Amino acid sequence: MRTPIAYFIVLSGVLFTLGTLGVLLRKNALLIFMSVELQLNAVNLALVAFSRMHLALDGQVLAFFSMVVAAAEVVVGLAIIVAVYRRRGTVDVDKARGLAG
Amino acid sequence: MFTVGSASGVGNLLWLVPVVPLAIAVVNLFIGRRLGRLAGVVASVAVGLSFVLSSVIVMDLLSRPTEERLEIQRLYEWISVGRFSGGVDLRLDVLSATMILVITGVGFLIHVYAIGYMEGDPRYGRFFSYLNLFVFFMLLLVLADNYLLLYVGWEGVGLCSYLLIGFWFEKPENATAAKKAFVTTRIGDTAMLIGLALIVSKFGTLDFDAVLGAPGDTIAKGTATAISLLLFAGAIGKSAQVPLHVWLPDAMAGPTPVSALIHAATMVTAGVYLVVRSAPLFELSGVALTVVLIVGLVTALFAATCALAQDDIKRVLAYSTISQLGFMFMAAGMRFYTGAMFMLVAHAFYKALMFLGAGSVMHGMHEETDLQRMGGLIRRMPITGWTFVIGALALAGIWPLAGFFAKDQILEIANHTGRTWIYLLGTLGALLSALYIGRLVFLAFFGAPRSDEARHAHESPPVMTVPLVILAAGAVLAGLFLSTSAEGTLARFLEPITGPVPHGEGLSTLALSVIATAIALSALAVASWIYASGRVDWLGIRERLQPLPRAAASGWYVDHAYSTLFVKPGIAAARFSAEVLDSKGVDGLVNGVGGGVRRLAASGRRIQTGFVRSYALGFFLGAVGVLVWLGTRL
Repeated sequence: MRTPIAYFIVLSGVLFTLGTLGVLLRKNALLIFMSVELQLNAVNLALVAFSRMHLALDGQVLAFFSMVVAAAEVVVGLAIIVAVYRRRGTVDVDKARGLAG
Repeated sequence: MFTVGSASGVGNLLWLVPVVPLAIAVVNLFIGRRLGRLAGVVASVAVGLSFVLSSVIVMDLLSRPTEERLEIQRLYEWISVGRFSGGVDLRLDVLSATMILVITGVGFLIHVYAIGYMEGDPRYGRFFSYLNLFVFFMLLLVLADNYLLLYVGWEGVGLCSYLLIGFWFEKPENATAAKKAFVTTRIGDTAMLIGLALIVSKFGTLDFDAVLGAPGDTIAKGTATAISLLLFAGAIGKSAQVPLHVWLPDAMAGPTPVSALIHAATMVTAGVYLVVRSAPLFELSGVALTVVLIVGLVTALFAATCALAQDDIKRVLAYSTISQLGFMFMAAGMRFYTGAMFMLVAHAFYKALMFLGAGSVMHGMHEETDLQRMGGLIRRMPITGWTFVIGALALAGIWPLAGFFAKDQILEIANHTGRTWIYLLGTLGALLSALYIGRLVFLAFFGAPRSDEARHAHESPPVMTVPLVILAAGAVLAGLFLSTSAEGTLARFLEPITGPVPHGEGLSTLALSVIATAIALSALAVASWIYASGRVDWLGIRERLQPLPRAAASGWYVDHAYSTLFVKPGIAAARFSAEVLDSKGVDGLVNGVGGGVRRLAASGRRIQTGFVRSYALGFFLGAVGVLVWLGTRL
C-alpha cells in the first residue's frame, strides 16, 4: 500500500510555512536559523517525494546536494551568529541595524 | 645649396652670439638676487661679449667676396613631420649681420646705462635677466634661417616686452599696459601665424632659401598677396603701425632702458626686418608693397601729429618712434629696402639716445616726466642735454647727422620714382617730426625752469652719461660712414639681399637736401620761438585751439574708439560667458545631474532599513510573486 503523494506535499507545505513564519516573525538569530533549516528540509521532503512519484533519482540527488550545502551553511552561519553574540552580547536581529541606509 | 663653415672658422662661433645672453639670463634668474649689483655688470658683459663676437664674425664676412657672404649653421633638427621639417638653423647674411650688430651694440650700451638707472631696484637681478633674455630672442629672430625659428624669436621678444613693460607691476596701470601690449601685438601675431601656415601649405617648407628663392611662378599672385599681407599684419602689430599702434605709447610704463632697447631700437623694428627679409614675396604680390607704403605713410603722419601734443616726455618719444617706423615702412613699400634698413640703424642710435636721455632727465628730477614742469635743464645736466640735442637734430634731419641721410634718401626715392604725393606727404611728416622734437627739446632743456625739480635737477652718474655720449657719436657718425648717398656703404653691403636701389628722375639730390634742411631748420626755429623764447604764451594758444590739442594728445581718440568697439563688448561677452553661460548653463547642468542623483539616493536609501526580517519578507514576497507569475504562464 503506497502512501499517496498528497500527504508528503501537504506535510512539506506545512513545514515550509512554519519555517517561513519562523524566519519572518522570530527575532532570535538562532531560531531564524533553525527555521531556515526547517524550510530547507521541507523542500528536501518534497524533492524526495516527487522523485519517488516519477521513479527518477534526480530529485534525491538534489536533496543530497541541498543537505550538504545546508551543512556548510550551518557552519558559516553559526560562526557568524557566535561572532555577533561576542561582539554585541545579543543575537536579536532587530538590534543589528548597522547597515541601515 | 650653400656650404657650411668658413675658411677661418670664426663663423662656426655664430651660435655663441645668442647663447651667451641666454646663459647669463638663466644665471641671473636664479642667483641674480645674491649677485647684487654684479648682476647688471655680468649681464652687460654678456651682451658686450656677444657684440665682440658679432663684430669678429661680421669682419670675417666682410673679408669675403660679396657672393660668398653667407653663413648657415645647422644646430639641430627640431621638428620633422612627414615632408615638413623645421630646424634650429642660424643664418648669417648681410641683413642679419646688420641687425645683430645693432642689437648687441646698442643693447650693450643700454645694459651699461641700466646698471646705473636701475640701481636700488628690489628686483635688480630679475630685470637684467629679462633684458638678456630679450637680447637672446631678438638675436634668434634675426639669425633664424626659417620662418619657424623667426616666429619663436618673434613671440619670445613679445614675452620679454610684456615682462618688462609690467616690470613694476605693483602699479595696476603698468600691469594693464603690459597686458595691452601683449594682446594688441597678439592680433598681428595670429595673422602672421596664419601666413606661415599658408607658406607651409604652398611651399611645403618654411626655410628662407626655399620660400624666398623660389621662382616667381611657384605661387599665384593672389596667394603671394595673401601671404605678404598676413606677414605684414604681424609687422603692423610688432612695429606699432596704424591700426595696431595703441600699445606702444602705453608701453612707456616700463623702465626707461626697456623703452630704449625694446620699444625704440630693436623689437619694434622687427617688423621692418620681416618685410625686408620677405621682400621677394612682397614684390611678387606688388599690391602688398603698396599696402606697406600706405600704412607707413599714414602712420608716419598720424603719429607725428600725436607726438606734437604730448606732455609726457616719454610719450612724445613713443609717438615719434611710431612715426619713424612709418617712414621705414614707407621706404620698404617703395622697394627702397636699404633705405628702410639704414633708417632702422640710424633710428636705433638716435632714438635709443633720446630715450636714455629722457631716462637721465627723469633720474635727475625725481621721476618727473611732465614737460610742463621742466625747462632750462641744459644748464643743470649738460651732458644729457647736449647729447639729447644731437639726437633731436638727427631725428629732425639736420646735416650731417644720421637722420638727415636716412629721411632724405627716403624722400628722394619717393620723388625720383614719381610718387609726388608720397614725397609731399613725407615731407610734411618730416616737418612735423622736426616740430615735435624741437618742441620737446626746447620745453625740456631750454627756456626758464618751471618747477623746483627743474631748478635743482642733477646730472646722472658716468655709468649713464658715457653710453649717451657713445650713442651720440654713433648718431653723428652712422650717417657719414654708412650712407652719404642712396648707394652708400650700407646699400652696397646689403645689395645681395635687398637688390639695387630704385632709380628714377626727379629733383637733384642737392635741391632735395636743401629743401629738407630748410624745412627742418625753420620748424626748429618756430619751435624755439614758441617754446623757449618765453615771448609766446604757448599754453594760452593751446587753450584757444581746443579741442584739437586734446584730441591729438589722446591719440585722436583711437583708444576710446577701440575701448567702445572692442574692449567693452569683449568684456561684456566674457562676463556673459562667465556669469551666465558658465555659472548658470554649464555649472547648472553639472550640478543638476549631481543633485538629481542625490535626490534619487535620498529616497532610495529608505528601503534599506537595516531590519533583516523585513528583507526576508521582501525575499518571500518576491518568491511568491515569481511563482504567481510562473503560474499564470502555465
